[in-house]
Amino acid sequence: MAVGKEIRSKIGSIKNTQKITRAMEMVAASKMRKTKDRMLATRPYSKKIGQIIKHLAQANPEYKHSFLVEREVKRIGIIVISSDRGLCGGLNSNLFRKTLNQITQWDKANVEIDICTIGTKAFGFFGNLKANLVGHVSKLGDTPHQHDIIGIIKIMLDAYAEGRIDELHVVSNEFVNTMTQKPTIEKLLPVVADELDESLNGHWDYIYEPDAKEVLDHLLTRYIESIVYQGLVENNACEQAARMVAMKSASDNAGNIISELQLIYNKARQAAITQEISEIVAGAAAV
Amino acid sequence: MTMTVHVDIVSAEKEIFSGLAQMVFAPAELGEVGISPRHAPLISRLKPGEVRVKGTDKEIFSFYVSGGMLEIQPHLITILADTAIRAKDIDEAAAIEAKARAEEALADKSGKIDYAVAQAQLQEAVMQLRTLDRLRKRGG
Repeated sequence: MAVGKEIRSKIGSIKNTQKITRAMEMVAASKMRKTKDRMLATRPYSKKIGQIIKHLAQANPEYKHSFLVEREVKRIGIIVISSDRGLCGGLNSNLFRKTLNQITQWDKANVEIDICTIGTKAFGFFGNLKANLVGHVSKLGDTPHQHDIIGIIKIMLDAYAEGRIDELHVVSNEFVNTMTQKPTIEKLLPVVADELDESLNGHWDYIYEPDAKEVLDHLLTRYIESIVYQGLVENNACEQAARMVAMKSASDNAGNIISELQLIYNKARQAAITQEISEIVAGAAAV
Repeated sequence: MTMTVHVDIVSAEKEIFSGLAQMVFAPAELGEVGISPRHAPLISRLKPGEVRVKGTDKEIFSFYVSGGMLEIQPHLITILADTAIRAKDIDEAAAIEAKARAEEALADKSGKIDYAVAQAQLQEAVMQLRTLDRLRKRGG
């Protein structure tokens, strides 16, 4: 019986799609656990280095580093962290939309923008916009290392030290929980030492080896690197979580379509049988 | 009771050691230092080398660091280890590479199909279609 051949093949193809999305969902779920662990593992370092910077801000060092001094903003550097692959819901689009809004505001204030991108998606988007791209790195995989990103950070820090940019921001997704990822824009430079710890206040200073300038240089560079690195691993966790959710809803939708099509198919089949019977009965009555 | 000091050794990618120690030895830039509890506040860069921690039971834990920072407070020693050997020229080379990558990829529009760009455009088109669809549904 040739009834509903198209419907049957359509059901078959949707079932195949569903298999793929379900597999991707499970892969993303297991990867998410790993990336989340990695994200948590980076926290002690940035917490410690943040504490040391805070100590330093209070210890009245004789040397004021240019990374700590605010100046008039004429040009801003942005590091955009995105994923390499798609199929992760609105993760990247939301991030880019937020970035664009911010860039438009800066643009109105006549501030120029330099962009460094991490991840293929950001590169595709901002390259397409003819933005001023000064550095790019991608295909870092699920286990990015800190030395993978020192190149683009060096570009931005040099630009800041030489006065070509006056602020540095990093844009990435913040992992709130599995269902929610929040796009955030964070200001890295100049470094603002917030909420001073009163108990530590006093007129003490560190002994610097070899000297304050070199130690501070080194420390602030590491500080920026650790924040960007943390953004990167956090964005990775966000990507997997977003993909898991997106693929789950894709599988559910496929299930709905299949059951609808199945209903249509059954109805068509039943109608065809009824028609055939009535034709036979009519034929028999005519004889 | 012997005096102890809290030691944290962390790298950007993970926590390496956290616990109490009687003595810590680290390869500071101006020579190896041994740190006892209640040392004066000090900050120093580290050279690549071995960090040894003498624990509360006199057992020795040994770690290799490829450079980093050492911070000493009277009751807290923090070692921020680098994850790879770092030098000025290595950083420089990485920066040049990242820049070159951006320029190369931007220039290389004609040859290979830029999948990310194509996908960005596709995404845009799909969103437009979806909006149209929604408008049509609301209208009809």
